[in-house]
Amino acid sequence: MTKKTRKSQISRRTFVAGAGTAAVATGVIGFPAVLRAAPQPVNLGIIHPVTGFLQQAGAQCRFGAMLAVADINADGGIRSLDGAKVRAQLGDAQSKAEIGVAEVEKLNERGVSAIVGCFASGISIATTQAAAKHGIPHVVDVGVSDKIVQRGLKNTFRFGPGFGKIVKVGTERLIEINEKAGKPTKSLLIVHENSTPFGSGMAKLLTKGLGDAGFDVMDALAHPTPNRDFNNIVLKIKAANPDLVVPSMYYNEYVLFARTLERQKVKPKAIYSVLGGAASQYKFLKEFPTAAQYIMDCNHWYNPKNSDAFRVRAATEKAGKFYSYEVFTAYHAVKLVADAIERAKSRDRAAIIDALASSTWAGHFMPYGPTKFVNGQNQGAQPLNTQILGDEIEVIAPEEYATAKAVFPRPA
Amino acid sequence: MYDFSIILASVINGTMTGAVYALVALGLTLIYGVLHIINFAHGSMLMVAMYAAFFLFAAGGIDPYVALPLVAALAFAFGYALQRSVISKTSHGRDEIILLVTLGISIVIENAALFFFTSNERLVTLPYDIEGIDLGVTFLVVPQLAAFGASLVITFLLWLFMARTDTGKAIRAVAKERLGARLVGINVDHIFAISFGIGTACVGAAACLLVPTFPVTPQIGYVFVLIAFTVVVLGGMGSFVGALIGGLIIGIAESVGGLFFGETLGKISISLIFILVLLFRPTGLFGQRLR
Amino acid sequence: MTGTMGWRIFWLVLGALAIVAPWIITSGFWINFLILTLFLAFLGQGWNIMGGYGGQFSFGHAVFFGTGAYIQAILQSKFGWNPWLTLWFAMAGGVLVAAFIGYLSFRYGLRGSYFALITLAFAEAFRVLATAAEGVTEGGKGILIALNQDPERSFAMMQFATGTGYYYFILILTVLSLVVVWAMERSRFGAQLVAVRENEDAAEAIGVNAFRVKMGAICLSGAMTALGGVFYVQKFLLMDPNIAYGPTKSVEALVVPIIGGMGTVFGPLLGSAFLHTMGEITKEATQFFWQDRPGLDLIFYGVILVLVLAFLPNGLVGLIKGQWRGRRQGRAAERKKAVA
Repeated sequence: MTKKTRKSQISRRTFVAGAGTAAVATGVIGFPAVLRAAPQPVNLGIIHPVTGFLQQAGAQCRFGAMLAVADINADGGIRSLDGAKVRAQLGDAQSKAEIGVAEVEKLNERGVSAIVGCFASGISIATTQAAAKHGIPHVVDVGVSDKIVQRGLKNTFRFGPGFGKIVKVGTERLIEINEKAGKPTKSLLIVHENSTPFGSGMAKLLTKGLGDAGFDVMDALAHPTPNRDFNNIVLKIKAANPDLVVPSMYYNEYVLFARTLERQKVKPKAIYSVLGGAASQYKFLKEFPTAAQYIMDCNHWYNPKNSDAFRVRAATEKAGKFYSYEVFTAYHAVKLVADAIERAKSRDRAAIIDALASSTWAGHFMPYGPTKFVNGQNQGAQPLNTQILGDEIEVIAPEEYATAKAVFPRPA
Repeated sequence: MYDFSIILASVINGTMTGAVYALVALGLTLIYGVLHIINFAHGSMLMVAMYAAFFLFAAGGIDPYVALPLVAALAFAFGYALQRSVISKTSHGRDEIILLVTLGISIVIENAALFFFTSNERLVTLPYDIEGIDLGVTFLVVPQLAAFGASLVITFLLWLFMARTDTGKAIRAVAKERLGARLVGINVDHIFAISFGIGTACVGAAACLLVPTFPVTPQIGYVFVLIAFTVVVLGGMGSFVGALIGGLIIGIAESVGGLFFGETLGKISISLIFILVLLFRPTGLFGQRLR
Repeated sequence: MTGTMGWRIFWLVLGALAIVAPWIITSGFWINFLILTLFLAFLGQGWNIMGGYGGQFSFGHAVFFGTGAYIQAILQSKFGWNPWLTLWFAMAGGVLVAAFIGYLSFRYGLRGSYFALITLAFAEAFRVLATAAEGVTEGGKGILIALNQDPERSFAMMQFATGTGYYYFILILTVLSLVVVWAMERSRFGAQLVAVRENEDAAEAIGVNAFRVKMGAICLSGAMTALGGVFYVQKFLLMDPNIAYGPTKSVEALVVPIIGGMGTVFGPLLGSAFLHTMGEITKEATQFFWQDRPGLDLIFYGVILVLVLAFLPNGLVGLIKGQWRGRRQGRAAERKKAVA
């Protein structure tokens, strides 16, 4: 084990060294004044729940954030601050809101210019409040709860879409996909988790949205997280025999659910998820290629027409990680802060908040267009619709980002 | 109201899940019955054993069902050593200290797993894991059937061991009357460690039967711990047959409860059974009051 | 005599330091550290009344914490009541739940691990209920308390703009809890409670109504722990079923007094201070060497926990008292020698 630790350390060091060389190289070409003392790094707080029950997602987020820090530094750091490097100050929220707050306080003492985190809505709500007391800009990487940006906190920004937007778009696109295919599905059944903010608000919104569009919503079956057995739910689906199943749950449960469908030989005409835990995860596709086929999802997704997305994907896969939404959302949260610091030309927290609020950042690979924040929410943020086809996750809607045509309903 | 076939299917699936619960509870009931301790580390030991089964599969290509005896043996050694060298040395024979020691051990084990194995979920996918038998109302797959069969066999073997072997008799003697057992020359510390080891070995066996269905993470133990305690209390502390029957009852109650009240509220049937048994029949279905 | 005097001076100095702490400590991190330490000490004190003094080990103290927290959160967010008013309902709720669980368990004579398990089961049942009863608790979505951004109303809304406000809030609660337990220890009720802990049958034989004494303890404990829930809601402004009734709070509430010293007034405070300090040290120390290795600090934390239990079975208070007693005996021996 010591060996492994050492190895990973060395690899990180070589990576940093490589990044340093690149920075020096650009420096040599750009300015003759490389000998000037290196500027103080900019401290950036990165908080995620890397221990406790959210540890899987937290680790993915942290990886994405660290990748962004490495990229920024390899790219010459913050240019407007004489190429100052970004220094990550890591925090572990231990999957608890109160620990998240303690980490904010600690990072405040360490003089961070901004904070990025904390994956879960519950933790992010607490950390943004704590950061607000010290005037620290806080970019929320995932945290889809809409309450995060509805409390009037001036320091809080979210680059990605919130829950309301995702569900609304998810509903509209399902209606559109169904209409385009000649309305092959009429009845549907919703399966959702209800132990956390993410799944519990979903059913009501979906039931209403899809019901209004003329779908026959047969049932909305809730289950807790964690859940050990999906046989009941699958048997109910079998009995109701809906055209369409709409599942929304965390990764482990999603996998268990999809496998139970497969085992019980229940094959609805289509599976369409909104924020489905595994429905657009490469890990799921790799481990269960048959169970995953044709599953559609409306989720955080990168712009497949941007080559940067694939550069980051390659880097992620090279590190032995899966390119999940946590990776690229956290990646962008860090990049967004870096861009704001660049614009602010300052380490000052208030200046960075102003820069974030007025930012028009377009150098990202999400399908959002240039950033425009209103009350901390990026207005252009939207989810994409994906479908697992063969050994790739393709974008099927909206048109401008699509890489494949939706297979709907799935072939029998 | 649901169709009879769904209710039947729910009962059958509950029976299958219940067998899994029984497997996890078998080890706990022995530890609980003999040592009178609430072993907080039970879930984390299950988790470690699941990692062992996973790595044997991933690195050695050994089918978890084949690896079962090996994992159980390793688990026995681990449990024996843990009781002999850590728990007995640190607990001062006081319940509340044992409780916190096992809590401390579970913190160490869980975070060691996180540190060494990372938080990625690992899964064993057997080529035949969606094959099985079609009962018409529901479909039973190999991992379910294997867990069910194994829980019967393991319960029987444990019962045989306790009833027929000298060690088994010594364990029962220690469970009933510690002081008396010591007086007749039984090495109580050794028997404690043996019991803890067997309890852990049961967890090792359970782990091999669980990995084909449940992905392994450092947190997986939590999913089963409270259930296991419920099963132990329902069946009667120290009773293997009780653990088996208790596991099946809980499995069916959870499944049927989930069918009628929804999966979330249905889970309350477990807590309710737990509370009612504690109040009205604290010795459980098959237990005798051990203290 | 000198010993008691020494302790009095020690506690006076500590008390004075606690009062002026926010002026000395400018670091928000350390203020927050103290707040969490006191908060946990307060929760632990609630457990201590029942577990430490009464010998009734609860594994499900979260059931009181969560009930207090939910009542505080629901009455405020849904009915717009003032937090200073809802606080009393939250405590009453804690007492009600405590009386309910206590009545059932003690009436049916549950002791030892059976009592521990039934509290665990109740906490779990409440967690499931809170998740399922979406109409009341918002289910898994959780309840969010509106953030008060008007500094004028920070006291009225029980939301303080700075850490200092929360610090004094929890300091007052903790001091109150110390006083309550101190008074209880010296009261007839306290003596009866300890008698029940030591030997319930013997206590009954000398005319103690064990059932009533235990009911008193669980209700007091429930009220106090519910107040802990109130503090949590006011500090973090959110509540969901896992925070409220998950196992974390139950475990935290019992670890602190056991490590510090069960059945002692200052045990929970010492335990909380020790555990928090250890947690912070292991975190900082491991982060110094390996920045990105989640889990490592908690491995050390767990090892230290086991070591403390191994070497200090009577908690930290046991260590201090033992030393003091040893020194006093030593001095007495010296005096005897001098006389001889």
